Amino acid sequence: MMNAVKTGSRQNTTMRKKWVNALLTVLFSVISIAYLYPLLVILMNSFKVKAYISRAPFDLPIGKMFAAGDNYINGIAKTNFFDALKWSVVITVLSVLVILLCTSMCAWFISRVNNKWSKAIYFLCIFSMVVPFQMVMFTLSKTANVLGLNTPIGIVVVYLGFGAGLAVFMFSGYMRSSPISIEESAMIDGCEPLRTFFSIVLPILQPTYISTGILETMWIWNDYLLPYLVLDLKRFKTIPIAVQYLKGGYGSVDMGAMMATLVMAIVPIILFYLASQKYIVSGVMAGAVKG
Amino acid sequence: MEKAIKRYWPIFVLPTMIAFTIGFLIPFIMGLYLSFCDFTTVSNATFTGLNNYIKAFTDTSSNFVHSLWYTALFSGISTVLINFFGLAVALLLVRGFRGTNLFRTVFFMPNLIGGIVLGWLWQVILNGVLANYGVTIVTNEWYGFWGLMTVMCWQQAGYMMIIYISGLQAIPGELSEAAAIDGASGWQTLTRVKLPMLMPSITICTFLTLTNGFKLFDQNLALTNGMPSNRSQMLALNIFDTFYGRTGWAGAGQAKAVVFCLLVVGIAMIQLRLTRTREVQQ
Repeated sequence: MMNAVKTGSRQNTTMRKKWVNALLTVLFSVISIAYLYPLLVILMNSFKVKAYISRAPFDLPIGKMFAAGDNYINGIAKTNFFDALKWSVVITVLSVLVILLCTSMCAWFISRVNNKWSKAIYFLCIFSMVVPFQMVMFTLSKTANVLGLNTPIGIVVVYLGFGAGLAVFMFSGYMRSSPISIEESAMIDGCEPLRTFFSIVLPILQPTYISTGILETMWIWNDYLLPYLVLDLKRFKTIPIAVQYLKGGYGSVDMGAMMATLVMAIVPIILFYLASQKYIVSGVMAGAVKG
Repeated sequence: MEKAIKRYWPIFVLPTMIAFTIGFLIPFIMGLYLSFCDFTTVSNATFTGLNNYIKAFTDTSSNFVHSLWYTALFSGISTVLINFFGLAVALLLVRGFRGTNLFRTVFFMPNLIGGIVLGWLWQVILNGVLANYGVTIVTNEWYGFWGLMTVMCWQQAGYMMIIYISGLQAIPGELSEAAAIDGASGWQTLTRVKLPMLMPSITICTFLTLTNGFKLFDQNLALTNGMPSNRSQMLALNIFDTFYGRTGWAGAGQAKAVVFCLLVVGIAMIQLRLTRTREVQQ
């Protein structure tokens, strides 16, 4: 009798749990759609005739409001979108590759050589992570200008310098916890430091390369102020700069072109996200644990 | 081994250090020095002591003190809201019902979209909603304030959610089970077991949202650009405007930047200390 009551109540709680979970699925589906709704609105508006965008932003682009691809043609022409896309890709890819290679080598050095220089470099890197960009923005843009770093290739040096802090921190965090015995035995067997690094340390670091690479990519791809101040804007614009430049000198904005450009700016990011979602999430987690 | 590696320092350390010197050290030291100087370009600087700092704080037209309070208020409220939403969603999602992975993907997505794009995106949405009440996002600074708050919650709650989920998953299941057997209610398990175990994640997230709030620039620029008449200008935008919007004010701009830097470094130090003391206790 007692037993029957007990199993009955257990069945009740599992039943209840099932119901709650089903309810949560429904609730979160609704919330998710609401969460994505702003993106949907922008997509709708990118097919809407300019004049209706501010007047009826939440209406479907049908009938006389439908603009077909006009906004896209306009947006691409006004922003030179494909140029901006090209420079964004070039700057992001080059910078991230250079940052990953140089800082991982630097981090290996400072975690394997124990002297006051290594400690100083480590401390400076941590410090640079905390300092806000506004502190150095004026002098950095002047320095970059004097050194002729105002091209997509030159800006890589600036990104390496300013992004080194986080990357060195991430890499040395990992290296401090990884055993050095394999490296040591390789070196005893007559392996040079360079070969030791490239054939032993680099493969071990792969997960850290991915998570650091993701964090740096997210930063550089979306960065506005640094390239705005450093690059020669007459020749080179990145996507965020191109978007901001749609706003004319008198504060007037072609909303149609803006909507289309926003969609074109967001689509590559979402594709990248869906393709490498697993790594992005784990990269964020790794960054948070160490930050 | 150490000696062998040491000889290779020009290959391993030098490239990063040269870039670091150009990209950070020189600008930082020069910036610190220039904040005590009167200058228009870097070469014609003359030492003027604390003049720039006095100018930055006393000149009411440059709005610095207002932007300081405005930013502090924004950062405070956004820290509470973003962490509340992030933690609430994380607590529900770790229950593991159907579709949790999909929902996690959705909530995190806005983080990958840049601030400029987000600012313009939300400007259309918010103005569309506000039009029903005959106002716009720049009618006064508080519409901009809450508009920016909406944008930041929408963007960052997902990021914090990810950190909280990994924190929650690290809590051993026996703890909640033991609490449940001892007769603890769901609420008690949350406040007495889960939240204390989650303190490291909470510290990280609080610090991240707080500094993100203080450093906020892109969204501010694209959403309101400080309108009306610089009243919705946050610290970073105020500094930018002082440098590039007014001639002869670069010195004051640099002084503001130093104050800003001290503020952010100060917050970071507090966070570091909090994390350290907690580590000792555990």
